[in-house]
Amino acid sequence: MTKHRYVGKSYPRTHETEKVTGKAIYIDDLKLPGMLYGKILYSSYANAKIKRIDTSQAKALPGVRAVLTGEDIPDVRVGFIKDQTVLKKDRVRQFRDEVAAVAAISPDIAQAALDLIEVEYEELPGLFDPFEALKKEAPLVHEVDARGRPMRSNILPLPWQFSAGDIEKARQESAFTVKDRVATTWVNQCCMGPSGCVAEFDTNNNLTLYSQTNVVFGAKQRVADYFAKIGLGGKKIRVRNLVVGGSFGTKLDTDIYEFICIQLALKTRRPVKILFTREEEFKALPPRQPAVFDIEQGCDASGKLTFRHVEAVLDNGAYTSWGATTPSVMMMPISSLYRVPNVFFKATCVYTNNIYAQAMRGYGNPQATFAVETAMDRLAEAAGIDPAEFRYINRNQSNEKTPMNLKITTCGLEECIQAVKAKISWDQKHGRQNGRGVGMASLIHVAGGARVYKSDGHGMRIKVDDEGNVDVISGGTDQGQGSFTVLAQIIAEALGFRPEDISFNIGDTALALWDAGTHASRHTFIAGNAALKACQKVRRQILEMAAKQMPKLIQMAIKRQSRKNPDFQPPDIDFGLFSDPDNLDIQERKVFLKSDPDNPYCSMDASQVLRQGLHVGTGESQTIMAEVFYDPPTEMLDRQFKGNYSMTYAFGTTGVEVEVDKQTGEVTILNMVAAHDVGKAINPTLIKGQIYGAVYTGTGYGLTEEIKLEKGKVMNPNFRDYKILTAKDRIPIEAVIVEKGDADGPYGAKGIGEPGLVPTAPAIANAIYDAIGVRITELPITPEKVLDAIKTKEGDAWCQ
Amino acid sequence: MNKITVNFNLNGEPVTADIPVTWTLLRTLRENFELTGAKEGCGVGECGACTVLIDGESVNACLYPIPEIEGKSVLTIEGVAHADGTLDPIQQAFVENNGVQCGYCTSGMIMSAKALLEQNPQPSESDIRSAISGNICRCTGYVQIVESIDMATKTQNVKNPE
Repeated sequence: MTKHRYVGKSYPRTHETEKVTGKAIYIDDLKLPGMLYGKILYSSYANAKIKRIDTSQAKALPGVRAVLTGEDIPDVRVGFIKDQTVLKKDRVRQFRDEVAAVAAISPDIAQAALDLIEVEYEELPGLFDPFEALKKEAPLVHEVDARGRPMRSNILPLPWQFSAGDIEKARQESAFTVKDRVATTWVNQCCMGPSGCVAEFDTNNNLTLYSQTNVVFGAKQRVADYFAKIGLGGKKIRVRNLVVGGSFGTKLDTDIYEFICIQLALKTRRPVKILFTREEEFKALPPRQPAVFDIEQGCDASGKLTFRHVEAVLDNGAYTSWGATTPSVMMMPISSLYRVPNVFFKATCVYTNNIYAQAMRGYGNPQATFAVETAMDRLAEAAGIDPAEFRYINRNQSNEKTPMNLKITTCGLEECIQAVKAKISWDQKHGRQNGRGVGMASLIHVAGGARVYKSDGHGMRIKVDDEGNVDVISGGTDQGQGSFTVLAQIIAEALGFRPEDISFNIGDTALALWDAGTHASRHTFIAGNAALKACQKVRRQILEMAAKQMPKLIQMAIKRQSRKNPDFQPPDIDFGLFSDPDNLDIQERKVFLKSDPDNPYCSMDASQVLRQGLHVGTGESQTIMAEVFYDPPTEMLDRQFKGNYSMTYAFGTTGVEVEVDKQTGEVTILNMVAAHDVGKAINPTLIKGQIYGAVYTGTGYGLTEEIKLEKGKVMNPNFRDYKILTAKDRIPIEAVIVEKGDADGPYGAKGIGEPGLVPTAPAIANAIYDAIGVRITELPITPEKVLDAIKTKEGDAWCQ
Repeated sequence: MNKITVNFNLNGEPVTADIPVTWTLLRTLRENFELTGAKEGCGVGECGACTVLIDGESVNACLYPIPEIEGKSVLTIEGVAHADGTLDPIQQAFVENNGVQCGYCTSGMIMSAKALLEQNPQPSESDIRSAISGNICRCTGYVQIVESIDMATKTQNVKNPE
């Protein structure tokens, strides 16, 4: 095995020291000269006609620079399927509908102005349950679609349907079948850094948007599309990231507040900032949507899965963002987690008057895996097979093609299941139903990009200056995962430099080359591969320069020595070796002769070579830099939703031991083991950080977190009532890193951003069943639900 | 707007400022002194991103009325590193052990840890978890934050043997 100098080491996050000294600049901290502050007025109803808006008092308030309603800006539709406008004019369809906006010289004045805006509504009955909304007689949330054609139902025009094999035949041939209905709920991404942006136009109406997006070029495209429709077509748009306080899905789409901010800046000719409060984070950002799954699975007498049939209904809320595309990812575990030859999946996204939905870490996978993995346990029980054994029997393996045409090149699922079994003492602890129990669940996720756009690529620029400083310009972003550290390790390794030589300029569309976005756990894999490609070129350039310059530099050094010391014996150097750059190597930024690595005359800091070779004179000066584009050879899903959309896939298994208090319904996690096939850990400490954080969010998803909606209104818009976990909710987590190396990944690495979250909730649900014999099918598994289930079970026992 | 003159010690230096009487300490730090390390993550004292030390005690600056700061000593994240830029052992441990991810909660976490270690140089894991129980983090699952604070107690004790 190759010995690496930086890859595989837990290199510290020294590129981000600003974050521990309070000097990192987030959107909260950005202040431009003359900047105004924008605030948004939201609807007072879930469904209503707007009869009248009176902004006269707000406009008259000193310090107010602009008040906008839907009447003041072009009536242009935005969003994933263009089903909403920026400011709503005649009708509101959810509580977060943006009705008016203000820009003022201070946030206080902007808020005071909002309070002065009068809106008269005529309330309409709302639809808050997707199954109600599916009924024939249900009123329509949208009367017309984006093109003005009448809508005939509340079903979104996104026909998610996948099938492979013959379900009916497989059902008949199955020895055991089990049918289930499970449900997941609304959860908020809870980024610690509130959402916000700053929009600034120059004199020629070119825009700079300081945005928190993790898809800078996607944001640019969306704004360009909007510009084309509001008469600003062709104007330049620059999207820039500052330090971002978490994303978890909230920064995939360009949110309505960003378009509002742009309109306020355009109107006032001043830079405008909009910054959300925590209450707005809960009420006016699109959360992860709830889904109800009807799942049926079968297996043969030996426990081999025969079929999986799943129908899902997703509450989309009133408008459409990326949340409605999560079935494209739900399909992955449903078709491809464990070997199952016959699969049917259909997802129906339904408009309601709830707040509209977005994706969140895992992108539909946590919901679908909750359905699949709780159903796996039930089928194992029906077949009389230990659930761990059942999973082992059906495990995915390297070099297989799934019914969705995913090409599983490397798969560490077997190792993950075994590691969890051993570490959680599965065989000793499972099946005792004594108030303590163990459960497990696994996952598959994209780990080598995700081709959702035509290009799943990443462009990278790397330049090296005459001091030996390496500047990396990348269109990727960092939401906290530590991309700078991981990329610095990859680049240092590939270039033969040191991580501290490397600086980053990221998330700026004016400087970077196109990138599909830092989403889908793709950044290490895709940007890492781009970095390798760029480093190969840059390294070659430096070696060629060294081959040319080193003989001169060595002779100069010898001359200097001879002048200083007349008795100096010049070393015997074969200068002919320098004619071929392949005879040279770079390590730790030192260039040296491979055949004579310890000769001090033949080894020098790369900066010496660079200083000598870069700025030479007319016709001879040159640059050391490379621009590359890496786009993996993957496929977009075809019309049947089949295709290998990622270069490689991540696998993992989480095992949990719980104790359930039968008096209170309280669930305590005694032990948790999360084993993940990461290909190769570029930085083990950072990988563990991704796993721990994701497992915590997954535990919240399983046990506590829920946005409580009452007729479309968020009733718990704060951390306490939302029940986010704190450090006091101690979860003993062990992260197990399984490294099998992936030939396509940079140094063998796969993506790991999302996987940790995915199997957590079903593993907990399965452990609760093992502890007390009751199955909670609706997330979150609160003490109330556990108690109710215990009572029902005991009541049933009593009746018998 | 009605202003009040306050005199207090800020990161080791005496300061005087005229501040609107309704402002909180957080707003004063961020807007008047341009110390933006303390963050407003919720504005209602639930998340701890605004934590600073007042006379050595950790406090949510977002809830602290400015008139009450008179005569007190405030330490913010900007005052934690040494004057020459050397990081405090807590900061160093956060960098080394991935105690920081998105970084938004980090200032508050470090300040809570600072208050803890000043009162209890050798805390148990449960002491550490209690001390940061008012600081919410969404990225880390707290694991490497708790480890970082524990690491800092060790380096701190090596540097200042009792």
